[in-house]
Amino acid sequence: MEQLLLLLIFLPLLGALVTALSGNAAKHVALVSAIVSLGFALAMVCNFTPDASTQFVVNYSWIHDLGINFHAGVDGISMITILLTNVLIPLIILASYQHSYKSSNAFFALILFMQSGLLIVFTALDAFLFYIGWEAALIPIYFICAVWGGKDRIKVNMKFFVYTIAGSLFMLLGLIYLYLQNPAHNFDIQAFYNLNLDATQQGWIFWAFFIAFAIKMPVFPFHTWQPNTYTEAPAAGTMLLAGIMLKMGIYGVIRWLLPIVPSGVQDWGHVAIILSVIGIVYASIIAFTQKDAKRLVAYSSIAHVGLISAGIFALNTQGMQGAMIQMLSHGINVVGLFFVLDIVSSRLKTNRISELGGIAKQAPVLAITALIIVLGTVALPGTNGFIGEFLLLIGVYQYNIWLAVFAGLTIIFGAVYMFRMYQNIMLGKTNDLTITFTDVKGSERIVLYIICALIIVLGVYPKPILQLSEASVQHLIEQVTQKLTSVN
Amino acid sequence: MNIIITITVTALVVLYAGLFKAKKALLPITLIGLLISLAFVATSWNTNQTYFGMMQMDNFALAFSGITILGTLFVFLLTQNYFAADSENIAEYFTLILFALAGIIIMVSYKNMSMLFIGIEIMSVCLYILAGIRKSNFASNEASLKYFLMGAFSTGFLLFGITLIYGATGSFDLETINQYLVGNYKSISPMFYPGVILMLIGLSFKVGAAPFHFWTPDVYEGAPTLITTFMSTVVKTAGFAAFLRLFADTFAPLHDFWLPPLVAIVCITLFIGNVTALFQKNFKRMLAYSSISHAGYLLFSLVTLSANSSNNVLVYAAAYTFASIIAFAVLIMVKQKTGNDHFDSFNGLAKRNPLTALVLTIAMLSLAGIPLTAGFIGKYLMFLNVMGEYQILLVAFAILNALVGFYYYFKVIVAMYFKEGNEIELEVPLQYKAVLIFSVVITLFLGVYPAVILNLI
Repeated sequence: MEQLLLLLIFLPLLGALVTALSGNAAKHVALVSAIVSLGFALAMVCNFTPDASTQFVVNYSWIHDLGINFHAGVDGISMITILLTNVLIPLIILASYQHSYKSSNAFFALILFMQSGLLIVFTALDAFLFYIGWEAALIPIYFICAVWGGKDRIKVNMKFFVYTIAGSLFMLLGLIYLYLQNPAHNFDIQAFYNLNLDATQQGWIFWAFFIAFAIKMPVFPFHTWQPNTYTEAPAAGTMLLAGIMLKMGIYGVIRWLLPIVPSGVQDWGHVAIILSVIGIVYASIIAFTQKDAKRLVAYSSIAHVGLISAGIFALNTQGMQGAMIQMLSHGINVVGLFFVLDIVSSRLKTNRISELGGIAKQAPVLAITALIIVLGTVALPGTNGFIGEFLLLIGVYQYNIWLAVFAGLTIIFGAVYMFRMYQNIMLGKTNDLTITFTDVKGSERIVLYIICALIIVLGVYPKPILQLSEASVQHLIEQVTQKLTSVN
Repeated sequence: MNIIITITVTALVVLYAGLFKAKKALLPITLIGLLISLAFVATSWNTNQTYFGMMQMDNFALAFSGITILGTLFVFLLTQNYFAADSENIAEYFTLILFALAGIIIMVSYKNMSMLFIGIEIMSVCLYILAGIRKSNFASNEASLKYFLMGAFSTGFLLFGITLIYGATGSFDLETINQYLVGNYKSISPMFYPGVILMLIGLSFKVGAAPFHFWTPDVYEGAPTLITTFMSTVVKTAGFAAFLRLFADTFAPLHDFWLPPLVAIVCITLFIGNVTALFQKNFKRMLAYSSISHAGYLLFSLVTLSANSSNNVLVYAAAYTFASIIAFAVLIMVKQKTGNDHFDSFNGLAKRNPLTALVLTIAMLSLAGIPLTAGFIGKYLMFLNVMGEYQILLVAFAILNALVGFYYYFKVIVAMYFKEGNEIELEVPLQYKAVLIFSVVITLFLGVYPAVILNLI
């Protein structure tokens, strides 16, 4: 069984190598690799016992003198993110089929390389390994966005890169501090959990970690890199960033922040929640005024992630479970939205809402699938977005009524700009530009169908996913509260 | 000892071969000589021999000898056709580099202050000539003169420091001096303190640490690129080895005394090196300034003295040496094609030379300190070492500087991959290929599995 996790982590790396060498057939090779990875991930889900234990554990000595081990394993929380990664990567690769990227072998190899990094992040039980994965996921996405991106890509991506690396370097500082505090001098996560740090130390570690994670998610006011980077990135890059990469930040908070520095969270968590809620309101207001559809979705993504972040810091089962399912749902929905916009812009060379209109008449399949995705995004009951946001709002409500009111109203309000965007792009009169629009076909259609199916299935029957993470989430919350009561 | 003898004999043989116009034989002779001395490094491992109380071939000396000899070997591999364009007598170049290397071996293994001085002088005199070896080139002459004046100046500091310490202790021997410090900790002669400070200044000059760095950018830019490669990798590593031998061992009891000036030097070096590197338009000059900032990171090892200090420097120096050799090798090839060494010359390089661009990218990532490259492990060890005494502010300052570093190292990556440019196609000679591949393999291997080198010394 242990080998399954190793296979899962290193198969994409092998896939990346083969893809890089396979010239024009690169996209097919990459797709095969991603589908095989998905197969492994599903096999893992089938063999996974949904209790609080860590399974499929691998632990090899890596750099012995520095107390660094290749220690990875999967619990319910990791399982969700593994599933997310392995479901979305094949979809993203398939979604890039219609594009003819120059040196496409490098492009697809980088996606698979990033997949490896992401899976390390989501399974690492050694802080150093986590850090390595964290950076290993960043380098490929930087190149994807900066090589195949839009006009302004160089400046925008440098900002993105410097922002994220700044966050991660201070996180590294925090990790080294924990390592030195740990009498065993290693990076083992369990040893970090058992550390006895006083409130001041926890406060510092909290900020060192939180800023790194907040930049990645992004939480207000660390979000300024995000809209430009999303807009300038190639479609696949945006999907990777919004669909999977930002979950690294959320996962980091759950795995590395809450259980290691619970007192820090107790002291400073309210600041994090307030920032998250400010982010929700702020991003929604800006989304309202956007003229470019891609930017609108980018800002709406900040709002949605803000809610997830607030739900996590509320530190209760509902909020956390909501975050789990919403990570998955948001990933699927946002990839769907960006894919629809990519289809539009690759045909019409524009994403400006005012120039579009009446596409539904020309492309009914696209219009209907896009509608389902939008409904999922605005969390209509019966879609995947509903269950997650509902739980998240309950979680925040239990923490503080007023924050929940603000967050909830804004999210509901958010439906307005999403629908307005949909209406202006898909409905209304067909104009000179959109008259030429051809409906989706082939690979595009497959991707959209799969996304819509996932939205509906997860919306109607989310139980298996919720069950997957429930025990782990409860265990985590118990662990945190236990540690807090023992301190007080 | 056998190492120094081998290198010196090789140098003489090369000189005679040059006399008899045996041009084709020069490189093979040199390489064989260096390989033999590398073999001696391997066979002397763990023997810890002392020669006449003057030199001690402990593992520290052997490890640094090994890395400097390997670095020199790579530099020689890059000489293919490089000097031939300048001069008929390329044997001179070879001999001078080899003699400099002999001085370097003395610098990393001295056990007596006089040997430190002799080692530094042997190396420096060769370098003064090498920097100015393009006789008709104005920049090269300027570099040579500046280097000579600054070098002579700094030697003055060093020598004065040695004199004062001799006056205080009555000995040049490192062990005797150390015992003096331990034995008379309460009543150290007042002459000793200025002696330490003067030696700190003299050695800071040699390794190009700010505020004693003025000569570095001009000399690095003016000297022929291959000589710059040699100076900024091999010579720098040797300088740090000499630094460590003196301050991490002999002067260790006085750590509290020389730490404040050292921390000041570290901070100024990091700041000046990084911030000025940021504004360079010339790749070679950027590397010169970035080498100043690397000196700052290397000096971290002296901020907190631990059992690992020397080994950390070895790892960092190895990472830095091989990444820099790649950078300079590619620079030489680009310059031969485009005629200048500005960042703009790298525009669009990746299109026609994907592999060369990839190798240079890995080198830049290593210099910047991205995980899975040797550079990251080096920086990580330095930070870890200083964090050991919880000097968090200093590490935070270094991290901010590392961020600046990302920015300018990525400039060349940006130029190669993201900018449109004159689509030149580089001709990569076989020897260059070998150097690039070797260096990149070492860089990645040390980044992924550094365990092999962590407990070497």
